[in-house]
Amino acid sequence: MDIIHEDYQVRYDAATATVICQGSFRLRGTEEYAPILQVLTAAADTKPATLTLDLRTLQFLNSSGINTLAKFVLHVRQYNATQIVMKGSHHFPWQEKSLKNFQRLLPGLQLEIE
Amino acid sequence: MTRIFGDFIEQKDDHGEHLQIGFSPTSIPIQQRWRNNGLSADFLADYVSTFFPGDDRAAAERQAELKSAVSYVANELLENAMKFSYAPSQHAISIAMYLEADAVSFYVTNSIDPHAAASFQQAIERLLAEDIDSLYMEQLTHADGLGYVTMLHDYGVSLAWKFAPSLQDPDVLTVTTMARLSV
Repeated sequence: MDIIHEDYQVRYDAATATVICQGSFRLRGTEEYAPILQVLTAAADTKPATLTLDLRTLQFLNSSGINTLAKFVLHVRQYNATQIVMKGSHHFPWQEKSLKNFQRLLPGLQLEIE
Repeated sequence: MTRIFGDFIEQKDDHGEHLQIGFSPTSIPIQQRWRNNGLSADFLADYVSTFFPGDDRAAAERQAELKSAVSYVANELLENAMKFSYAPSQHAISIAMYLEADAVSFYVTNSIDPHAAASFQQAIERLLAEDIDSLYMEQLTHADGLGYVTMLHDYGVSLAWKFAPSLQDPDVLTVTTMARLSV
């Protein structure tokens, strides 16, 4: 269920319950983001104790992409048992500005920016 | 009839340091044209960054932050312009970026369906009047409308709009979005 595109990649590593997002997410609206949301929600549906979203090499995320990650966070919120760890990087300044907003949807969300 | 929303500052006649990119009306599907938004936004961001050299660590961080902000803001402005542009008008989309001492200003102009203008203006009035933090949380989980809110909430941009008949074709209604990013 990995997505490999010229501009972006989404991979799920079941062994570590980690979804790795790379490249630039500049897709157009909900419809184009549906396959990415599907990878994210499918990973959540396995109900791991901890689900890691590794965004350290995600260079760019447009507002439709922010909406998509918000939907994913809300999806996980219904499973009280799963803890989300969101990994970001200081290397991409947008991450410091925008990722913390997801903690307001899910206060238990752990944000690690390195 | 011209209508202004927010503190709209007219584009300067003397120009100064600026860049303008125009996109002609085309029959190429939006799917293929969409990629131009990111390419143009990144180009503008690279251009700006040369005026803010990253000589030391602090300057390099500031440069990276500004580059990232310009890339985000310009991309969102262009995405919106492309989404809301009124195809039958055959009107071009343009983005102009001005470098000033304390800000980078963007002006994006596109045509708009006259029937869609009222609902857009209502959304603008909410953006200008309501608490941005509450609006952000409301829009975060909605399919549309987060672009402007993130500019205001995450990047501290000031936004304003001008609705006016096109200079080239007075029958076409255009909207110019001004976004001012402090530096």
